[in-house]
Amino acid sequence: MLYRETGQFKKTYAADMAVFPILQDRIGLAVILVVAAGFIPAFGSNFFLSSVMIPFLVFSLAAMGLNIITGYTGLISLGTGAFMGVGAYACYKLTTAFPGVNIVVWILVSGFFSAAIGAVFGLPSLRIKGFYLAVATLAAQFFLEWCFVRIPWLYNYAASGAIEVPTRTLLGIPVTGATATPTTRYLVILGLVVLLTWVASNILHGRIGRTFMAVRDMDIAAELMGIRLLPAKLMAFALSSFYCGVAGAVMMFLWYGGGEASDAFNINQSFNILFMVIIGGLGSLIGCFLGAALLNVVPIILKFGLPALGVPLGGATAEHINHLFVGGLIIFFLIVEPHGLARLWQIMKQKLRTWPFPY
Amino acid sequence: MRQIQTIEPGATLLAVENVSLRFGGVKAITDVSFDIRKGEVRAIIGPNGAGKTSMLNVINGFYHPQDGRITYRGATRTKMRPHVAASQGIARTFQNVALFKGMTTLDNIMIGRTLKMRRSFFWQLWRHGPAMAEEIEHRKFVEEIIDFLEIEHIRKVPVGKLPYGLQKRVELGRALAMEPELLLLDEPMAGMNLEEKEDMCRFILDVKEQYGTTIALIEHDMGVVMDLSDRVVVLEYGRKIADGTPDEVKADQKVIDAYLGVAH
Amino acid sequence: MDILFNVFVDPFLQMRAAPDLLVQTLWEGLVSGVLYALIALGFVLIFKASGVFNFAQGIMVVFAALTLVGFHEKGVPAWLAVALTLGVMALLAMAVERVVLRPLVNQPDIILFMATFGLTYVLIGLGEFIFGGEPKQMITEELFIPRGAIDVAVLGGRVTFQKIDIAAALIASLMIAGLALFFQYTRIGRALRAVADSHKAALSVGISLNQIWVIVWFAAGIVALITGIMWGARSDVSFALQVIALKALPVLILGGFTSIPGAIVGGLIIGLGEKLGEFYWGPLVGGGIENWVAYVIALAFLMVRPQGLFGDKIIERI
Repeated sequence: MLYRETGQFKKTYAADMAVFPILQDRIGLAVILVVAAGFIPAFGSNFFLSSVMIPFLVFSLAAMGLNIITGYTGLISLGTGAFMGVGAYACYKLTTAFPGVNIVVWILVSGFFSAAIGAVFGLPSLRIKGFYLAVATLAAQFFLEWCFVRIPWLYNYAASGAIEVPTRTLLGIPVTGATATPTTRYLVILGLVVLLTWVASNILHGRIGRTFMAVRDMDIAAELMGIRLLPAKLMAFALSSFYCGVAGAVMMFLWYGGGEASDAFNINQSFNILFMVIIGGLGSLIGCFLGAALLNVVPIILKFGLPALGVPLGGATAEHINHLFVGGLIIFFLIVEPHGLARLWQIMKQKLRTWPFPY
Repeated sequence: MRQIQTIEPGATLLAVENVSLRFGGVKAITDVSFDIRKGEVRAIIGPNGAGKTSMLNVINGFYHPQDGRITYRGATRTKMRPHVAASQGIARTFQNVALFKGMTTLDNIMIGRTLKMRRSFFWQLWRHGPAMAEEIEHRKFVEEIIDFLEIEHIRKVPVGKLPYGLQKRVELGRALAMEPELLLLDEPMAGMNLEEKEDMCRFILDVKEQYGTTIALIEHDMGVVMDLSDRVVVLEYGRKIADGTPDEVKADQKVIDAYLGVAH
Repeated sequence: MDILFNVFVDPFLQMRAAPDLLVQTLWEGLVSGVLYALIALGFVLIFKASGVFNFAQGIMVVFAALTLVGFHEKGVPAWLAVALTLGVMALLAMAVERVVLRPLVNQPDIILFMATFGLTYVLIGLGEFIFGGEPKQMITEELFIPRGAIDVAVLGGRVTFQKIDIAAALIASLMIAGLALFFQYTRIGRALRAVADSHKAALSVGISLNQIWVIVWFAAGIVALITGIMWGARSDVSFALQVIALKALPVLILGGFTSIPGAIVGGLIIGLGEKLGEFYWGPLVGGGIENWVAYVIALAFLMVRPQGLFGDKIIERI
C-alpha cells in the first residue's frame, strides 16, 4: 500500500529516464542520506564508525570500481587490489611532495594515476578474452605488488617499507593522521562516496554505460553497431581503476592511517572485492553497497558478536568460518540468484508494489 | 578515409568484384561479383553453406577477403574494422539473433544511436544538462521506431526474456536506429510462423518506402524472396550461379539444379 | 648504454663464464617447469572435460596433501593414508558435482568460473578448520621418496641434482603420458572430449554428464594429490602452497586450456624462463621477479598468438 506508483505519470522523456522514477524511491534515498550524514555520526560510537561504517563505505567504492569493469563491461579483473594500491601510493607521493594542497584533492587526483595504469594493463583486452584476460589482469596484480615492495621511492625510502600518513586538515579540522576523529574521517569518506556514486550513476545510465553493456553482452555485435572496442574497453578499465584507486587512497589515508601496503593490496583483497560484487550483484550499483555490507558485517559478527553472546570463538577459528561462509555464500548465490542481492532487492520491491495482493 | 559520394537512386551503391574468402584450406567464397543499387531490395539466396552469411560478413568488414575488391559509394575499401562500415551507414541483423541480452528493448535500440551521439565524456559525468538534452532527442527518434515496429509494450523488458519473433523485430529496430543507407538482413524470417513472416515482410517494405533504405536480404523462403526483392543473386558452394530479376532466376536451369539436385 | 649492456650482454657473459651454474639453473627451471605442468594438467583435465576453469585446483593440491599428512599424524600407515586420501578426493569430486556443477549445467562459463572461487574459499575454510593453519611436514620416507642429492661434475664445475627433483620429474612425465593416452584412446576419454565441446549436445547423445564430471574431478584430485606430495616434499605443506597454482596459470595461457602437450611445453618454458630470469636478470631490478615474470612471458606470447601455443586458430562467427 505504501509503495505504489499509481498516479505517477511520466509526462516527459526526462522524467521517464530518471534514475529513480518512483517517488517512494526518491523519498527512501533522501531518508538514507539523512541517516548516513546525520544520525550515524551523531549517535554512532567510535567503534561503530571506524570498524563498521568506514570499511563498508571504502569497500563499496572499490566494489563499484570492479563492478564497472566486470559487471557492466563483462571483463573479469583480478587486479583490483593492485589498482587500489596505485591510488594509495600515488596519494602518498603527492601529499608528501606537495603538502600545501588539500588532501581530498589529492585523493581524487590519485585516482587518475590509477586510471592510467589500469588503461595500460587493459591494453591486452583487445586481443584476449574471457579467462585469458582474467589471467592477464593477474599479471597486473603481481607486477604492481612487486613494485610496491621493491621500489623504495614509492614509500619515500622509509626503513619499514610502510606508508606513514601525515596529518592533513580540511577547513582547519584534521582529517588524516593520528589526531583525526573517526567522525570527521567518516564524514569525508561519506561525501566522497556519495559524490562518486552519483557520477558513476550518471555515466552508467547514459551513452557510455550502454556502450559498456553492449560490449559485455556481445562484443562482436557491438563492433558491428559502430562501437570501437578498444577505446570502449580501455575507458572501462580506466574508469574502473579510477574508482579502485580512490578507494585505495581513502582506505590508506582515512581508514588504516598508514601501514604496510603490500598486505592491504594483495591478491586476497582483489578476491574479497570480487566476491562483494558477485554477491551484491553484477551490473548493479546498489549491489555494490549490498555486497560490501554483507561481506563486511559477517566477519565482524563472527569476531565480536558471537563471543559477546557467550559463544566462545577464537580469532583464527572465526576467520576459518568466515572463509567457509563466504565461499558457500558465493556458490549459493551463483546457483540460486546469479544477479545477487541486487536482484533480491528488486524482487522485494516488486512484491511491495502489489502488496497485500499476490499479483 | 577516401571521399564518399552521394549516390542517386538506381545507381550502384555497393559493388563486389571477384571476391574470394578462405579459412585455411576451406573456400567459403570463390570469385563472386555482384552489385547492389541504391533503393532496391537485393536478395542473396542459395542452399545451406553456400557462403551467404560469409558474403554479408565480408560486406560489413567482419571478414577480410583474400582477393577481390569492394566498392561502397564510389570508394574502394581496403582492410578495415567493422565499426568503420557502421559509421559509413551499413547496418545489419544476424541469423542467430545477436541482441544485447541483458539490456532492455529501449537500450538495445538506443545503442543504434551511439554513433550519432556527440556529447563527450565530460558532459556524461553530469547527466542533467546537454547530455540529457541529447539523450531525449535520440529517445524521440527511437520511440518513432518503436511505434513503427509496434513494440511499445516491451519497451522496458530485457530482450533476453522476449520470444524469438519479437527479438528479431527488436534487432531490426536496432539496425534502423542507425539510419543506415544499406541494411543487411540475414534471414530475418527464419523460424517464424506465417503471421510473423507477413508482419516482417510488411516492415521490410515499409522501411524501403519510408526511409528509402537499400536492403540486401538473405532468406530461404522462396515466396518471400520472389515477392520482396527487385533482383536476386544465387550462390552455391561459394560461387555465383545466377543473377537477375526473380523471374529470370526462377527460370534458370542452374538454380533449379542447385535446389532440386541433378540426375547424374 | 650501461643499462643496455647489463640487460642484453652481461647475463650471457655470465652464462659463458660459469657454465656449471647455467646447467644448475636450467635443471632447476626444468624441475619447476615439470611441476607447473603437473598443476596445469589438473586445470586442463577439468577444462577439457567440463569447460570449467577450475580455480580451485591450487587449493585442491593443498587440501590433498594436508589430508594425507593429517591421516598419517593420526597414526594411519602411509599406504593406507594414501588410499584414504584418494577416497576423500573421490568424495570431494562427488560433492562438487552434486552441489556445484549439477545446478549450474548450461550456465555461462564465467558463472562456473566464479563458482570455483567459492569452492576455493570453502576448501580453504574447511582445510584450516580441520587441520589448522600451521605448516606441516610431508611424509617422504614412508612413501619411498628418496632424499639427498647427487653431485655431478659438469663442464668444470659441480651441479647438484636433488633426488626428489629427479623423482618428481619422472613421476610427472609418467602421469602426463598416461593421461594423454587415456584421453585419446579410451571410450571415457572420447566422452570427456564430447562433453567439453557442448554440454547440451553430449547430453542429447546419451552421455551422462554427472558421471563424467565425477570422473574428471576425481582424476584432477589424483593429480592434485601427486602434485601435493611432490611440492610438499620440496617445501612444507601449508596454505602458502596454493600460490603455486596462481603460477601455473601463465602456463595455461601459454599452452592453451585444452592441450595436454601445451601444458607440458608451456610448463617447461615458464619454469626455465622464470629461473633464468630470476638468476640472471633479477638482480638488475632488485630480485623477486619470479612472481610476475611468468605472466609477462605469457602475455607477450598471447599478444602474438591469442589462441595459445597448441590451440586452433579462432574463427569468430556471428
